[in-house]
Amino acid sequence: MAANMKVKERVAKKQTLCGALMLIEALKAENVKVIFGYPGGAVLPIYDKLYESGVFHVLTRHEQGAIHAAEGYARISGKPGVVIATSGPGATNIVTGLTDAMMDSIPLVVFTGQVASSVIGSDAFQEADVLGITMPITKHSYQVRDVHELPKIIKEAFHIATTGRPGPVLIDIPKDMAVAEEEFDYEQEVQLPGYQPTTKPNHLQIRKLVEAVSQAKRPVILAGAGVLHANAHEQLKQYAEQQHIPVIHTLLGLGGFPADHPLFLGMAGMHGTYTANMALYECDLLINVGARFDDRVTGNLAHFAPKATVAHIDIDPAEIGKNVPTKIPIVGDAKEALIQLIEQNGKRPDVSDWLKQLNEWKREYPLMYKREPGVLKPQRLIEMIHEYTNGEAVVTTDVGQHQMWVAQYYKFKQPHRWVTSGGLGTMGFGLPAAIGAQLAQPEATVVSIVGDGGFQMTLQELSVIQELNLPIKIVIVNNQALGMVRQWQEIFYEKRYSHSLIPNQPDFVRLAEAYGMKAMRATTEEEAEYVLKEALATNAPVLLDFHVCPGENVYPMVAPGKGLHEMVGVKW
Amino acid sequence: MKRIITMTVNNRPGVLNRITGLFTKRHYNIESITVGHTESEGISRMTFVVNVEDERIAEQITKQLNKQIDVLKVVDITDQAIIVRELALIKVAVTPATRSEIYTLIEPFRAAIVDVARDSLVVQVTGEPEKIDALIDLLKPYGLKEVARTGTTAFPRGSQRASSTNKSLFII
Repeated sequence: MAANMKVKERVAKKQTLCGALMLIEALKAENVKVIFGYPGGAVLPIYDKLYESGVFHVLTRHEQGAIHAAEGYARISGKPGVVIATSGPGATNIVTGLTDAMMDSIPLVVFTGQVASSVIGSDAFQEADVLGITMPITKHSYQVRDVHELPKIIKEAFHIATTGRPGPVLIDIPKDMAVAEEEFDYEQEVQLPGYQPTTKPNHLQIRKLVEAVSQAKRPVILAGAGVLHANAHEQLKQYAEQQHIPVIHTLLGLGGFPADHPLFLGMAGMHGTYTANMALYECDLLINVGARFDDRVTGNLAHFAPKATVAHIDIDPAEIGKNVPTKIPIVGDAKEALIQLIEQNGKRPDVSDWLKQLNEWKREYPLMYKREPGVLKPQRLIEMIHEYTNGEAVVTTDVGQHQMWVAQYYKFKQPHRWVTSGGLGTMGFGLPAAIGAQLAQPEATVVSIVGDGGFQMTLQELSVIQELNLPIKIVIVNNQALGMVRQWQEIFYEKRYSHSLIPNQPDFVRLAEAYGMKAMRATTEEEAEYVLKEALATNAPVLLDFHVCPGENVYPMVAPGKGLHEMVGVKW
Repeated sequence: MKRIITMTVNNRPGVLNRITGLFTKRHYNIESITVGHTESEGISRMTFVVNVEDERIAEQITKQLNKQIDVLKVVDITDQAIIVRELALIKVAVTPATRSEIYTLIEPFRAAIVDVARDSLVVQVTGEPEKIDALIDLLKPYGLKEVARTGTTAFPRGSQRASSTNKSLFII
């Protein structure tokens, strides 16, 4: 509180500050609690001022770790993640994270150092055209040319990152701009005439949807991460219950609707449930709330929802009609739209036959796997984690088989518990993301479930976990392979396992111990139960290396190019 | 199908890069771009001519352009009453025998000779791209030494209402 007052006083005085101090004051004014970064030559003036600023800075061991941690923080807290990287290699190391955040609509404000203005363009030491490199993978980007503009730029960056469809915003700061002094005025209105996101949905379009719902026989809601970004989970539940419409989630939307609700049909798409996918195929009205019709969700577009009138609620108008022709477009915030729909309280459709059919599918074609004595099945492992954490843990993952098993078998009941790289599918995401997630929710049980492949891409961040004593439980689903690659090679490339099998993995337990971390290994269900319980009872970081059945595949599955109704692996 | 899209943008470094990058990423082929200042300080107008398969892609282009923070307004003016103009400079080889012939030839096009040398002329012509194509075709037999075309710039005529005055109106 006192610190805030101090900022306000300083701001009111319109003090003269150097660019680096402006940045720090702006972060304080934006109520930024934690930043993730890595120092270097071009950002030394900023780090020098950071030294005594009181701002909590997490030194990750790689810039990729910093930006994924910031993503994890943003995905859990809903607040923008803040990153600082130096110029050149520091800046290029954040490219993956920027793309990841862009694809999954995650609010980030990223500061990169740049060589001094006088040498920009001369191929100076550690110079990279960061603006040019990152333009297509950011919502917006800036290069500071005049320190006078820095406060305005930072203010705009936070506004752009967090409003409309959230996304990453980058600010490239030449070294001389961090040193130059100017009057600091942060009390300014953001004026961006070219950026006016529509949040209030069009009333007539809402009426059209109400009318369509009243006449539907087989309606279904496909809910994406937009529901979570808009904090519209309660309204989604209220609306679905009011109209008696079943709900399907996309991968990123999981947790937006309780997985144990009778109207929930599961996840849609390539590894979705049979019921969800068949519901999408058979529905006569599809209400998309905040999902972007990603190809992993739709399968072959020619067979996607062929019998349905499509309504699409999205804050980004460019998503509507992009992949799937839409009859009822509704541009706006998901929460606003759902509130209007609830208030309209339209005639409830007669869905009794439809629900009967859906329940039949649920009974007939549940998710399934075979348990074998003495073998640890990865699906069972996820079920156990779900059970021992009461389905309330914050779970982060990488991409691949383990990610799909978590999506299938960890039944998220609440929003903002699920942190995964959806659009970009980034290996190495889960471990650093868990750091950010734990910092965002210090009281939460954070479980980072990663594959043995992805873990080795960012495992250096174990050092941060240990240093900050973050009680993250790291679960390695170790199948001595790049599991999903192996699965595709098995199915589509005649079992020609080209460079996907890694039988000689390092001893992950000893590796964790080298970082000073407690670690255990399990190879059977019984061992898994024991180590999981022990780890979850420990208020410190623990790494668990689970040697799971290496040949296990993720089913059911929609093969690439197939329609959602052409799933395989739904029955024994 | 050919679409003519005009937009006003903040005149900031990198804006053109942002927009052309967007076209590249999404594999939209740009036929021409013209950029210049508008009557308002700090605001430029761009005119794009793009060849797209169908209206859905044209709509997607407009929507994606709209998403750019520095883009103030985007309008697909193809179906409006519009004035479309292009400027070309054509350096054509001449001999004493053909010089006057070329003078007569370009007259109906309201083109002008803006440079004369011993063995060449530079013809300046403005008009719709088809008119310029026709003139170039006519001059080709004489020997074209160089042709520089600006690309299309276009404007809705004053007597009609613009199809969109606000970015958000595009949505529905």
